[in-house]
Amino acid sequence: MGYKKTVKKYNGTINKVTLGTGEKAFEIGGRNVMPFYKFDGEAGEQAKVGIEISDEPASSWSEAFAELYKEAGDDTAAWAKLVEEKYAPDFICLRFDGADPNGKNKSVEECVEVAKKVADEISVPLVVAGSKNDEKDSEVFQKIAEALQGKNILILSAKEENYKAVGAAGALAYNQKISAESSVDINLAKQLNILLGQLGVKKESVIMDIGSAAVGYGFEYVTSTMDRILLASLGQNDDTLQMPIITPISFDVWSVKEALATEADEPAWGNQIERGIHMEVSTAVSCLVSGSDAVIVRHPKSLETVKKFIEKLS
Amino acid sequence: MGLTGLEIFKLTPRTNCKECGFPTCMAFSMKVASGAVEIEKCPHISDEAKGKLSEATAPPMKTFTIGKGDAERKIGGETVLYRHEKTLVNKPLVAVAFDDTLNAEEVDAKINNIKDVDYERIGEQMNAEAVLVRYGTDKESFLNILDKVSQLGKINIVYSKDASVAKEAIEKVKDTNPVLMGANKDNLNDMVAIASENKIVLGLEAPTLEELYDLVQAADKAGHKDLILNTTGEEIGKAFENTVEVRRAAITGGDRTFGYPSLVFVNDLAEGDEFMETALASTLVLRYGSIIVLSDISYKRALPLFGLRQNIYTDPQKPMRVEPKVYEFGAPKEDSPVLLTVDFALTYFVVSGEIERAKSPAWLLIPDAGGYSVLTSWAAGKFGGSVIRNAVKESGLEEKLTKKRLVIPGKVAVLKGDIEEELPGWEVIVGPDEAMQIPKFLKELV
Ligand code: B12
Ligand code: SF4
Repeated sequence: MGYKKTVKKYNGTINKVTLGTGEKAFEIGGRNVMPFYKFDGEAGEQAKVGIEISDEPASSWSEAFAELYKEAGDDTAAWAKLVEEKYAPDFICLRFDGADPNGKNKSVEECVEVAKKVADEISVPLVVAGSKNDEKDSEVFQKIAEALQGKNILILSAKEENYKAVGAAGALAYNQKISAESSVDINLAKQLNILLGQLGVKKESVIMDIGSAAVGYGFEYVTSTMDRILLASLGQNDDTLQMPIITPISFDVWSVKEALATEADEPAWGNQIERGIHMEVSTAVSCLVSGSDAVIVRHPKSLETVKKFIEKLS
Repeated sequence: MGLTGLEIFKLTPRTNCKECGFPTCMAFSMKVASGAVEIEKCPHISDEAKGKLSEATAPPMKTFTIGKGDAERKIGGETVLYRHEKTLVNKPLVAVAFDDTLNAEEVDAKINNIKDVDYERIGEQMNAEAVLVRYGTDKESFLNILDKVSQLGKINIVYSKDASVAKEAIEKVKDTNPVLMGANKDNLNDMVAIASENKIVLGLEAPTLEELYDLVQAADKAGHKDLILNTTGEEIGKAFENTVEVRRAAITGGDRTFGYPSLVFVNDLAEGDEFMETALASTLVLRYGSIIVLSDISYKRALPLFGLRQNIYTDPQKPMRVEPKVYEFGAPKEDSPVLLTVDFALTYFVVSGEIERAKSPAWLLIPDAGGYSVLTSWAAGKFGGSVIRNAVKESGLEEKLTKKRLVIPGKVAVLKGDIEEELPGWEVIVGPDEAMQIPKFLKELV
């Protein structure tokens, strides 16, 4: 008997969501098969890769990043421009580390100013992320959403704690896209999507961040949560889970020891920045294979590798 | 596909003699069907019935043991596609590739790398488990390299499409339970002969999945059932598709012809790009590679890959925990600081490693925090002021210490006030966010 292919057909499809405007705008989602299973059916839009920048100087990350971006000096907008021109990411994620009330505590106005400048300098879609302080983030997000009306940015993110404010301003009032962030649990992801729906946010405006971790650091929960979400959204056609997934893996990767330890700390481990890139590539790709439709990385070499990986599998 | 309780019941004598320890044959049969009891527990089952049962309950994917002694490992044997359904059992192995074009320095360099990258992570030793030596055209060089790398005591994988060279090579390493790769439709009978004679696993390859399928059947007919399938294909997309389809055909398609482990030449697919190698190897850890062939090993490649693999192959039903108690580092004294963390094995592993690296005496107090990470247990309400107070009280540390200092993880700095209230007489110090910074922190503390 000859070989008979076991094709797996699903009846659900991941929603399509558009980010940005103009030539560099893109859609994600549209897949009705497991990630990269184009041999089963419609693989949808190609997964997208963005690069992370910060409102704080690159030197706050490490010497190596300061060196990489030294041309831009301490100017965030120049940094964004340099990243777009030199490395051609699909999008740029601007993270407001400096807004943290326990850190620099930059004012909302200051943050909005930076966001405006960055948005003016780039043509790829913009994603804004906060300082992980829910209250402050929700103020910053509301004002940025207002100031960047018409740019179709993604706000990263609305959580159980602040989804009302972020959802109302971001998606309803100013028509931006929002990311619904939950913590590695299918039920929490579903619940937040439902709550946003009840608020009146259209499903075409929502992307999910279902939580993430660096490989080796609880990543099994991330991949299993994604597997379960996809099997529910595709297999059971559960439309409360059909939002595309974005995963800011760089937020976790660059704070684990494999990326942080200097060569003096761990002489056997070799070049520190290359270690970080390997961690980042491994984590990003693992998310994409598990279900992310977009990932955020920090190092340009990771961007290059992950983009190439996506090309090869698409 | 397994049998139902009723089908198994039909195989029993139906006498309800109770010798199996169950009141009725039916009760026994239900337990067998659920996998809780072995059929052998009934002394009256006929061999014929046993045969029927074992055929019907054979796992969809075969399990093989390869390598000898310390190097011995199992591959295959998976029963599900996703780890939340049931624990994945045999983690994919990493093989470092050698071929006959390498000169002596290049061979030595790789051998040294394989030796260097060998470390512990949460109770598991991490290293490349196998070496693969590929024959191209230079037999002498090939056999020399095989001699050299087989000294490493790893699983030896010999790759040769030339059966006579394969025979010579296997002869050299036959006592190590090696794997022979390179069987195709042209050399199948000779390769099967070598593999059967040595009772080793044989690797098959073909240009398409359809041809690979036919080849498996041909090998089966020729009498060899211990097989690995080379699912590499011409390019990355094909390798992914092949590897997924082979695993899926076996697990959900119920097609035992593809019920074998896979091997993928990630080194070839990545074309010299080490970051791409990491990308592909990671992909195969998640999507069904059984042996992953890399061009080389180094810490920067190993750290993410082995970390990922360890994560994926843990039991989803039970988090890895350590015992809640006081751990001692460097003979702590009555004025040494008490560090506080949780009973999640990963966290303990990271934190204890750093305290050791700090080389300064310290106590490490671990309450019962449900086996979760610092923030998870805190968010779950299992790592708060009262839990910590109870742990301190029960530890007996208060009686031992003259200087009561409790260092809490930076990520739960918010707990400081609570703990201070719960533990009068203690100085509560917020430590750094990352365990990495513990050595520096302790140096400045003392
Ligand atoms: C995997 C995971 C889980 C797993 C649990 C795995 C486990 N065994 O812990 C599961 C899926 C079960 C889970 C559940 C939940 N989780 Co969870 N989870 C994670 C995840 C992705 C990784 C955690 C991890 O393994 N970290 C690695 C370990 C090593 O980190 P660590 O313990 O903190 O240790 C580090 C430091 O703290 C430091 N350190 C440790 N000890 C010490 C001691 C001293 C003295 C010092 C100085 C330093 C130090 O060293 C380590 C390395 O640097 C994180 C997100 C993330 N990326 O971190 C979320 C996260 C921790 N979870 C979160 C939440 C909210 C939850 C839930 C409450 C969700 C819910 N409502 O159900 C539940 C709670 C559990 C429950 N109710 O049953 C939140 C916590 C938010 C917050 N800031 O409080 C996080 C941050 C996700 C998020 N962004 O929202 N989670
Ligand atoms: S030992 Fe066998 S025959 Fe006796 S009760 Fe059990 S199943 Fe039935």
